[in-house]
Amino acid sequence: MSREALGEERAGWLAVHAALVFAFLYLPIVVLIVYSFNGGGVGGFPPRSLTLDWYRQLAKDTPLWDSVLNSLLVALAAMAISIGLGLPAALALDRVSFPGKALFRRLVLLPLILPGIITGLSLLMLVVLIGLKLSLITIILGHGTALISVATTEIFAGLQKADRAQEEASLDLGANYWQTFLRVTLPNLKLSIIGAALLIFTLSMDEIAVSFFLIGRDNTLPLEIWSRLRRGMTPEINAISTVIFLFSLTMIVLWYRLRVRSGEDVADIVAAVTKEAA
Amino acid sequence: MFSRAYKLAVSLPPLAWVVLFLLTPYLLLLVYSFWSVTPSQQIVHTWGLQNYLELLHVPVYFQVLLRSMRIATSVTLLSLLLGFPLAYYVSFHAGKKKDLLYQLVIIPLWVSYLVRAYAWKTILGSEGVLNTLLQYLHITSHPQGYLLYSPLAVVLTLTHIYTPFAFLPIYAALEHIPRKLIEASHDLGATPAQTFWRVIVPLSIPGVVAGATFSFVLSLGDFLAPLLVGGPSGVMISNIVVSLFGAAYNWPLGAAISACMMVLVLTLLFATERLEKKWSFT
Repeated sequence: MSREALGEERAGWLAVHAALVFAFLYLPIVVLIVYSFNGGGVGGFPPRSLTLDWYRQLAKDTPLWDSVLNSLLVALAAMAISIGLGLPAALALDRVSFPGKALFRRLVLLPLILPGIITGLSLLMLVVLIGLKLSLITIILGHGTALISVATTEIFAGLQKADRAQEEASLDLGANYWQTFLRVTLPNLKLSIIGAALLIFTLSMDEIAVSFFLIGRDNTLPLEIWSRLRRGMTPEINAISTVIFLFSLTMIVLWYRLRVRSGEDVADIVAAVTKEAA
Repeated sequence: MFSRAYKLAVSLPPLAWVVLFLLTPYLLLLVYSFWSVTPSQQIVHTWGLQNYLELLHVPVYFQVLLRSMRIATSVTLLSLLLGFPLAYYVSFHAGKKKDLLYQLVIIPLWVSYLVRAYAWKTILGSEGVLNTLLQYLHITSHPQGYLLYSPLAVVLTLTHIYTPFAFLPIYAALEHIPRKLIEASHDLGATPAQTFWRVIVPLSIPGVVAGATFSFVLSLGDFLAPLLVGGPSGVMISNIVVSLFGAAYNWPLGAAISACMMVLVLTLLFATERLEKKWSFT
C-alpha cells in the first residue's frame, strides 16, 4: 500500500470518528428540541402528537419569566463589575509591576479552574461573616468576582496586540492620561471588551454552581429550572431549554464574528487558565 | 511612560477587590475547616484538627472521594479519547470545513450546562427516550433501570460536557505545530505513523495535559450531574459537602472536605504546569 493510500484510509477513519463525536455532542440537544414539541411528555419513542402547547404554557409562566428578568439583571450587573475591574486589572498586568503580581494573576483565574462549589461556599462564608442577606446582590457579587478572570484574560490579550506607540504619541502631544485612555486605549480595546462582555453575559446567564450557595428568595433562571426539575420533568422545561439553546447560539455567532476580527479565542482562555492558575 | 497616579489607579481597585472578595473567602474556607460545631449546632471558634481526623477515621468520606476520582478519571480518559482524534482531524484533515467544524465543537460549550445534563436525564430515564426506543425496536422487553441513576450516567453526562474542554487546548497545540516540521519528517523518510508518534504526539502533549487537567478537576468537583442523573450509587464528594452545608449543618467538616479538594486541585495544577514546561518545545 502506498503512503498516500495509507494516509487516506486513516483520514477516512478519522472522519467517521469525528462524525460519531459530533453525534454524541448534538444528539442530546436534538432530542431535547424534538421533545419540546411532543404532546406525550419528555420521553417515549417515537414522539407523537406534535404540539405547541408547551410553548404556550411557557409564554404564560410568570414565575419563570420573573427568573429570566432576574438572570438578565444579574448578568448585566456582573458584566459591569467584571469589566469594570478586569479592564484596570489587565492594564495593571500589562504596565505596572507590583509585589504579588504573579499571585494576583493566578488568584484571579482560580474561580475558572476550581470547582464552582469551592468558590460558592467560600463566598457564602464571607457573606455570612459580613452579615449580608442572601439575595440577587450576593449572586451579582459572586458572578462579578468569578468572571473578572474572563475580562482580564481577554483584555490583556487585546493589549498585547495593541500598539503602545499610539498611546505614547497621544501623551507626547499633550493629552492627559484620562484623554489618552478614552480616545486611544479604549477604542483599541473595543473588540476585546465586547468579546469579554458577551462571554461574561452568557456564562453568568448559565451559572449555577456558585449561585446555588448565594441564592436568596429570588431565583435566577437556571436555579428556577433546577427547582422545577426536582419536582418532576415536563416538556415545558424542554421548551425553555430550546429557547436557551437558540439564545446561546445567537450569542456564539455574534462572538465568533468578533473573534475572527480580533483574533482571540476561547482556546486562549482555556490555555491561559490552565497555565496561569497553577 | 505611566505616572505613579496612573499605576495606582489601575492596580489598586482590582487588587483590593480580589483580596476582599476572592482571597479572603478562600482563606475563610481554610479557617472554618479548623473550627467545630457543638451538638446543638453552634459553630465553635476554637482551633483543632478534629475535622481532618474525622475524614481519616470515617471510611465513607474516603470511599466517596475515591469514587469521585474514579469517575473524574473515566471522564478525562473518555474526553481525551473523543477529543484528541477529533482535534487531529479538524486540524489536519478537515480542509475547507475546518472553521465550520471548529465552531460546531464550540457551540455545545456555550449551551447551558443544566440544559445538557437535563437532556441526558430525559434520554436515560426508565420512561426515557433510549429505553422506549430499545423497546420499540424490540431489542429489550422492559426498561433497563441501570441507565439512569448510576455512576455510568454521571460519566456519560460529564464526558458530554467536558469533551469540548479537552478538545480546545489539544486543537490549539496541534494548530501551533509548524507544518514544515511535518514535511521535514516526511522528506527524511518517516512513514505517516512515525511522523504521528514522533513529531505530532510529543508536540501536542502540553495541550493534552491542559485538556486533561480541565476535565479532571471540573468533573471531580461536580455536584449537579450526580444529583440529576447519579442516584445514590453516583454520589460524589461535592454532594457530601452540599449536604454538610445544608441539612446536616456541619460547616466546619464541609469546609475541611472543600479544603482537601482545593489542595488536591492546586497540587495537580502545579504538577501539570511543571510537566508542561518540561515537555514544551520552546
